[in-house]
Amino acid sequence: MNQNWIYSETVKDHFFNPRNFLKEDEVSFRANGIGEVGSPACGDVMKMWIKIDRKKDQIVDLKWKTFGCASAIGSTSMLSEMILENGGMKIEDALKITPADILKRLGGLPKNKIHCSVLGDKVLQAAIDDYFRKSKQVGRIVGGIKPKIICECLGVSERELDLALAAGDQTFEDFQRRTKAGSGCGKCVEKIQKMIAKKLK
Amino acid sequence: MNPEPIYLDHAATTPLAPEVLKAMLPFLQEEFGNAGSIHSKGQSAKNAIEKARRDVAEILWCEPEEIIFTSGGTESNNLALHGVLETLSPRPVLRNNGKRRSKNTHLIISEIEHPAILHAAENLKRNGIELTKISANKNGIISVEDVGKAIQPNTKLISLMLANNEIGTIQPIREIGKMIQKINQESKTKNQELFFHTDAVQAGGILNLDTRHLKVDLLSLSAHKFYGSKGTGILFVKKGVRLSPQILGGGQEHGLRAGTENVAGIVGCAKALKLAENSRKKEFTKLEKLRDYFVEKILAEIPRVRLNGDSKNRLPGNTNFSFFGIEGESILLRLDFEGIAASSGSACASGSLEPSHVLAALKIPHKWLHGSVRFTLGKSTTRENLDFTIRKLKKIVSDLRTLSPLE
Ligand SMILES: Cc1ncc(COP(=O)(O)O)c(C=O)c1O
Repeated sequence: MNQNWIYSETVKDHFFNPRNFLKEDEVSFRANGIGEVGSPACGDVMKMWIKIDRKKDQIVDLKWKTFGCASAIGSTSMLSEMILENGGMKIEDALKITPADILKRLGGLPKNKIHCSVLGDKVLQAAIDDYFRKSKQVGRIVGGIKPKIICECLGVSERELDLALAAGDQTFEDFQRRTKAGSGCGKCVEKIQKMIAKKLK
Repeated sequence: MNPEPIYLDHAATTPLAPEVLKAMLPFLQEEFGNAGSIHSKGQSAKNAIEKARRDVAEILWCEPEEIIFTSGGTESNNLALHGVLETLSPRPVLRNNGKRRSKNTHLIISEIEHPAILHAAENLKRNGIELTKISANKNGIISVEDVGKAIQPNTKLISLMLANNEIGTIQPIREIGKMIQKINQESKTKNQELFFHTDAVQAGGILNLDTRHLKVDLLSLSAHKFYGSKGTGILFVKKGVRLSPQILGGGQEHGLRAGTENVAGIVGCAKALKLAENSRKKEFTKLEKLRDYFVEKILAEIPRVRLNGDSKNRLPGNTNFSFFGIEGESILLRLDFEGIAASSGSACASGSLEPSHVLAALKIPHKWLHGSVRFTLGKSTTRENLDFTIRKLKKIVSDLRTLSPLE
C-alpha cells in the first residue's frame, strides 16, 4: 500500500476491517432497538441494531450496516467501538456522543468528507429512541414521538433547528455549519431557509 | 496484491509514451529557444512547432493554419465557445449602462458535456447568451433530430462532444454536421451563420479525426489523453470562422492564443497523435475485444450489476458499471488497495456532493447510481489484468454488500 492515501490510518483500518457490523440475519441478533437514517438518493444510509440491558440502562451489544463511502463506513465502525469498549456505554452517555467526538477518534477526515460522517450519532439516537418506544419509556424519547426530519440526507430534525436558533444561529449558513443540513442532495435548502426566516420573525 | 499495479483509468489520463518523451527532451534541454527569437535557437523551436502543426493538420485533414496549440482540452473548449460567440454581433456582453442586451445569440450544447463545456456555457448564459441543453437518451446518446429541433433562427453555435468521458458513448457528430451544413447552405445570407464545435478530447487517437468527414468547424483535443504530456491541447478552427482570442499578449498562434509556446509539449503532442494514428485501427480492435470480454465476464459473474451507457456505440476502451447497493468510492479504495486504479462518478468519489451529471442524466435509480465505477482500458491493458481485476472486484462487491443495509 502506498503513502498517498486521503484518509488517516485509523479511518483506513476501520474501513478495511470494519468492527461490529451485522453479519448474521437481523432476527437472530434480537435487538431491542433499531434505527435507520439517510436515504439512497443522498448516497448514505445507516442502520443500527442495539441491545440494551434495561436494569443497567446500558448498551450491551450493537450491530450496524452502512451504505456509503469509506468515511461513512469508517465512522460507523468507530462509533460502534466507542460504544462497546469498556463493557458498553450507559444510555445517558451514548446520547452525548457528537459527530465531533467520532471525528476526533478517527484522527479527522478530509474536509469534503465530513458530511459523510455526521449520521453516526443520529442513527444511534434513532435506535435508542426506538428502544424507549418499545419499552414504553416514552417520556425519555429524545427526538419526540416522530422527529420531523427537515434534511433527509443528513437526518437533521426540526428540533435541531430550534435548538440551533436558540443557540444564536441567524442564517442558513450558520445552521449548515453546525449540522451540515442541506449539504447532501440540496433539495431542502430553500425550505429550511424559509423556515429560518419564519421562525426568526 | 498484484505485483504490478493495474491502471484502468485511461480516460482520466495516459502515461507519456517513451517515443514521445524522446521527441520532447531536446526542447527541454539544448533546444530551449523561444520560438519568437530571431537567432537559430529560436528558429529551431519555431521550425519544430511548425512541423508539429503540419503533422497534426495531416491527421485532422486540414490546413496547418487551422491548428491552434493551447494548454489543453479545457482551454480549447473555452476558446471555442467564448471565442466564437464573442465575435458575433451583437456581442453577448453587457452594455455600457450595465444592462443586458436582449437574448440574441443562441448556443446549443448537451447535458452530458464535460465541465469545460458546461461551465463555459453557463458563464456565457450569465452574460446574456441564450442556452439550450439537449438531453441524451437513456443510453447516453444524443439524437440528430433533437439537435435539429433545438435550432432557432438566432442559433450561432452548437457544441457537442464526439465521445463522452464517463460512459464513452459516441455521438452522431457527422450526421449532425451534415444537417448543419445543409442549414447553412440553404440560408440566404452570404456569411456562414451556424457553427459546429466538437469536444473530441476522449476520441483523440482512437476515432477518426478527419474534420472534413466529421463536418465540424471547430474541434478540441488534449495530448495527455493520447500518451502525450499534460498541459498541451489543440483547437482546430476552420478557415472562415472568426475567433476572438481569449488570451492576449505577444500574438503567438496567429494572434489567437498569446504566450510563449510550450515547445516540448507541442512537439510531443504531434508525435503522440501521429503514433496513435499509425496504430489507431489495430488498437481500436484490440481494445474493443478486451472491453467486450471484460463486460461480458463482469455481467455474468457479478450479481446485480449493470453497464451504463450504450453497449455498442461507445469508445473501445470504456466501461462503466453500476453495482447495486454499494458506494463507488468504497469500491475504488478497495481496488486501489489491490493495486487497481479506476474511477467513479459517485458523489463521494468526486469530492463534490453531487453524483455525476452524466449518470444522473441517464436516470439511473439511486440505489445503483452511487455505486458506479468506470474502468477505462489502454495500450498496456492485458487480458490477465482484466482477469485479476474481475477476481478482486467480485470479492470487494460481495464484502461491501454484506455491510450495506440496502436490499
Ligand atoms: C471530454 C473532455 N473534454 C475536456 C477535457 C479537459 O481536458 P484537459 O484535461 O486537457 O483540460 C477532458 C479531460 O478531462 C475530457 O474528457
